[in-house]
Amino acid sequence: MAEFNQTRQTTIRIIIAAVFAIILIRLMTLQLFSSKYAKLANDQAILRKVVYPSRGIIFDRKGKAILDNITMYDLMVTPSQLKGVDTFALCRILDVDTAEFKKRILTSIIKNSRNRPSVFEPLLSAEKYAKINENLFRFQPAFFLQERPIRSYPFKAAAHILGYVGEVDSFMLKRSNFFYQMGDFAGRSGLENFYEKVLMGQRGIQYILRDNFNRPIGPYEKGEFDTASVAGRHLNTYIDIEVQQLAEKLMNGKVGSVVAIEPQTGGIIAMTSGPTYDPNELTGSESRKNFSRLFLDPASPLLNRGMQGVYPPGSTFKPLGALVALDEGLITPDFGYGCFGRYSPCGRPACTHSNAGHAANLSLSIANSCNSYYAHVFRMAIDNPSYNNVEKGLLKWKSYMTGFGLGHKLGIDLPGEYAGFIPDTARFNKEFRRGGWSSCTIASLGIGQGEIQATPLQMANAICLIANRGWYYTPHFVKNIEGETAEDTLLKKYREKISPLRIPNDYYQAVIDGMEMVVTNGTARNAQIDGFAVCAKTGTVENYFRKKKQQNHSFFVAFAPKENPKIAICVVVENAGYGATWAAPIASLLMEKYLTDSIAGPKRKAEIERISNVTIIPARIKHERYVRDSIKQVKDSLLRMRLEREQKARIDSTDLAVSTDISDYPVNVPERKKEETISSAAVLPNHRYQFKKIHQPNI
Amino acid sequence: MEKQAGIGKGIDTVTLLLYYALVLVGFIAIFSVEFRAGDSFFQSLLELKKNYSKQVLFIGISSLVAVLILLTDSKFFTTTANLLYMAGILLMLLTFVIGKNIGGSKSWIALGGGFNLQAAELCKIFTALALAKYLSRQETEFYKIRSQLIAFAVTLTPAVLSIAQKETGLALVYLSFFLVMYREGLPVIYLIAGFSIIILFITAIVLSFEIYSIMMGIGLLIAVYFLWRKVKRNFSILLLLVLIAGGCILFKYFVDYVVFDKILKPYQSERVLSMFGKSYTPKDSERIAQLENEMASGKKKDYSYNVKQSKIAIGSGGLLGKGFLQGVTTQGDFVPAQHTDFIFTAIAESFGFWGSALLLGLYFLLLFRLITLAERQRSTFSRVYAYSVAAILFFHVFINICMTIGLMPVIGITLPLLSYGGSSLITFTALIFIMIRLDADRQMVLR
Repeated sequence: MAEFNQTRQTTIRIIIAAVFAIILIRLMTLQLFSSKYAKLANDQAILRKVVYPSRGIIFDRKGKAILDNITMYDLMVTPSQLKGVDTFALCRILDVDTAEFKKRILTSIIKNSRNRPSVFEPLLSAEKYAKINENLFRFQPAFFLQERPIRSYPFKAAAHILGYVGEVDSFMLKRSNFFYQMGDFAGRSGLENFYEKVLMGQRGIQYILRDNFNRPIGPYEKGEFDTASVAGRHLNTYIDIEVQQLAEKLMNGKVGSVVAIEPQTGGIIAMTSGPTYDPNELTGSESRKNFSRLFLDPASPLLNRGMQGVYPPGSTFKPLGALVALDEGLITPDFGYGCFGRYSPCGRPACTHSNAGHAANLSLSIANSCNSYYAHVFRMAIDNPSYNNVEKGLLKWKSYMTGFGLGHKLGIDLPGEYAGFIPDTARFNKEFRRGGWSSCTIASLGIGQGEIQATPLQMANAICLIANRGWYYTPHFVKNIEGETAEDTLLKKYREKISPLRIPNDYYQAVIDGMEMVVTNGTARNAQIDGFAVCAKTGTVENYFRKKKQQNHSFFVAFAPKENPKIAICVVVENAGYGATWAAPIASLLMEKYLTDSIAGPKRKAEIERISNVTIIPARIKHERYVRDSIKQVKDSLLRMRLEREQKARIDSTDLAVSTDISDYPVNVPERKKEETISSAAVLPNHRYQFKKIHQPNI
Repeated sequence: MEKQAGIGKGIDTVTLLLYYALVLVGFIAIFSVEFRAGDSFFQSLLELKKNYSKQVLFIGISSLVAVLILLTDSKFFTTTANLLYMAGILLMLLTFVIGKNIGGSKSWIALGGGFNLQAAELCKIFTALALAKYLSRQETEFYKIRSQLIAFAVTLTPAVLSIAQKETGLALVYLSFFLVMYREGLPVIYLIAGFSIIILFITAIVLSFEIYSIMMGIGLLIAVYFLWRKVKRNFSILLLLVLIAGGCILFKYFVDYVVFDKILKPYQSERVLSMFGKSYTPKDSERIAQLENEMASGKKKDYSYNVKQSKIAIGSGGLLGKGFLQGVTTQGDFVPAQHTDFIFTAIAESFGFWGSALLLGLYFLLLFRLITLAERQRSTFSRVYAYSVAAILFFHVFINICMTIGLMPVIGITLPLLSYGGSSLITFTALIFIMIRLDADRQMVLR
């Protein structure tokens, strides 16, 4: 019977062959004709790790590192290896209680699973680091220390200039065309931001094999595809950190700004904005907290008033007005104006001086800061008979202003510079209708009041132009980049001399003589420096906030020495009164410090202490701070109550979750509640001051 | 001494070589799954801590078993076949009492020293022997239904016990004996019927109830059209056809509401359905509640994880593979149970399509060699036994590889001679070497 069925072996062989053929075909489709599996395998098994190089260091003009890197340590934990670790000893070193310990472990498990390390305590203090490092063998391998380089500012100064690094946000991600990745750190402001490409270096990439729990198990292909990271390059700047520190000290307790520029190079020696902050506050573990505190302060410490504060320049503008009139040939340096306490042609009082001859010639008018003289000279420029048209006159005047670097961004190497404002015909035509305004209407522009707005940086730059007799370099901080090549185009524009106006040297000389007289026998005799010929101009600027007249801003611009100038400076102290009272002595001390590298004599040293100890906070900021603090108190007490409630609930659930001896993966843990954030929009300070339209100044 | 001298006599060297080739490939594969750069090879080999080192031990034991079998008289197997079968069944019953639960199936007996024995594995040998013994009896007339039913009972008893032990995969293997019985004269109608049910089952899964019913209706019309003359002559044929069509539609209900909702466990249903791109939606109220519970607590497991990872590992191998110890999926432990049931993925990832095809070639040669051996036997016992070995091996290879490449639902079944594990390796060694022993004595007529 069996023999009868012998042919059936063929059938069986065919069945086997058919099945093997099907398997082979299937294998071909999987292995040969679909590429997605290779990609999937690499995606899940190969981790593309970005290696961050150390950022470049920033040096001041004397080669001191003012922005450096230091290494701090994070304490990391791998929850799955916790068994048998003396956690109590660790808790004692770190000064945390058992409940907090459990909470952190649970948080790490939720965030990163139990098999992957997470941060247990970030950025250990030096003391804790030492203690843990000593005892680390007791906590290994569950705990280990991980290096984290952070930025440090050894001089605790120049916060606004240097800027800070922070995690990139979604906006930056998009704008960088996803060059950055979530969690990357990048320069967010200041030089850190402007020179980001130079400072950041080149990121390296490591390919790391990982297992099904996402744990790294070694380099992929022995690191054959890895690329090394290239360290960021250093920056050499014009900053004199000692002058900068002194400036910040002098501006202590005051709102305002100091900008000091080296006229021959356009290099910025110091730029400070009061109130300022310690830049170290925005690195390290407390940075987020500090940032929101600074951000919410009504005095806007994050605002760099040196280039973001816009003010009418007031009397400091007068030397520029004189130059315009001289160049247009309307006056000569001998031109005098008889002012007796009033500016009569427009029928308004305009000058507080009544001693005869205080405006007998151009130099005297500067030295004594005669409003009538400059209102008159301005009107002459607008009503220039060769144009025979106020509109043309104003446009010509505006082109001078543009030449002086006003009304547009200068292009400093910091992000976020403000342009200031120089009004033109469109502005007045809109306000008064065409033909409805005359030189009288806008005469206040001649004394730097009204619609005109300039930043301290622009004023300092204009002084550079005067000091250099007609040219300037775009103000900038960075002298050169380490290992600079032709591809570094960032600094190119700072090395081009800008001389937009062709004003004869004599005219500059006349103005400069006047500015010298300001110090020798004019409005700012307290700005003298022994051994140097200082040329300066004071300003006392009327200003309004929410249509209410505020205390005058104290302005001062200067350069020294008269011949071969080394430093040009602009000092603004908001709401501090006369220019000569506060701004002038501050400028004087700073120039002395820069020129002689020290402050001579105990009297001058005492002056530093006196000024730095005075607090001049405008009343409106005081009021805003008071309102904010009151709101905060109420909010805090509400928040505290809620946190206490939540804390209680959380401890209950933590005990539950941890006591079930986490053996099953994944653990079922209660969803974390989103932390309520205080809406920042409600208490946002008003960064830009409001200026009332004023046409009838009275200084 | 005489016996020792005769141990190599008449042994089929082709089978022997293929056997050791496959065992070696198995060791390499297990090694590649477990070995990590930096491990000390010899130390872990000696300490028996790694699976590959244990596998070396199992290979040693297997060789010992092989030698013992080759030293045994062929008559021993014919005479003790029924006894061994009874003992095997008893052992399986015993596991219900003293069984150890490993991986959800209570089919293991602890042997001490960390080693366990799976009775159902061993029982395959005994069943093959028993079936051979029964079919080779002179008084057996296999064309009679009675004999056929007895043969079914012999093969399916261990299968039923396996299902009771939740080893569905092993139970499936016992179906391979139908291939043997087919060779021995089982009417083709059984195979056709079985095949039709499988086709119908797949159709029932793939199609929705409406389309399925319409198709059955169309099928009925076509059948009536072709059988119109017969129907005219005998009207009861029409009735039969309608009954068959109705039965098919009832079968759909049976599949949807009984097979998936009652017989198979939820995860099994899910595995089967996911193969066809369907998701399992229980209709049983109890299961719905259970599913909702799992969903709510977030504990719902992804049952297709194994197959996804397995396909990734195999598919990423490409034509030439990533190289020995270079498979990222293997090195990262992404494929669960890779050293046992999914060992094929290690080969496919490291050695690619060529490697996989080569391995399949080895199996193919072994199977064809076994059939050749079977056909040259004089005694029915040896032939039936040889076919049993071939059929069991074939089912194992077929189901295991198809499951790794997503052609079959995931069933816990080993890849013969390659997968890590003593029970599996020793069982297949015994199966094959008994075959070799019998073949060496093929001139004898065994009953």
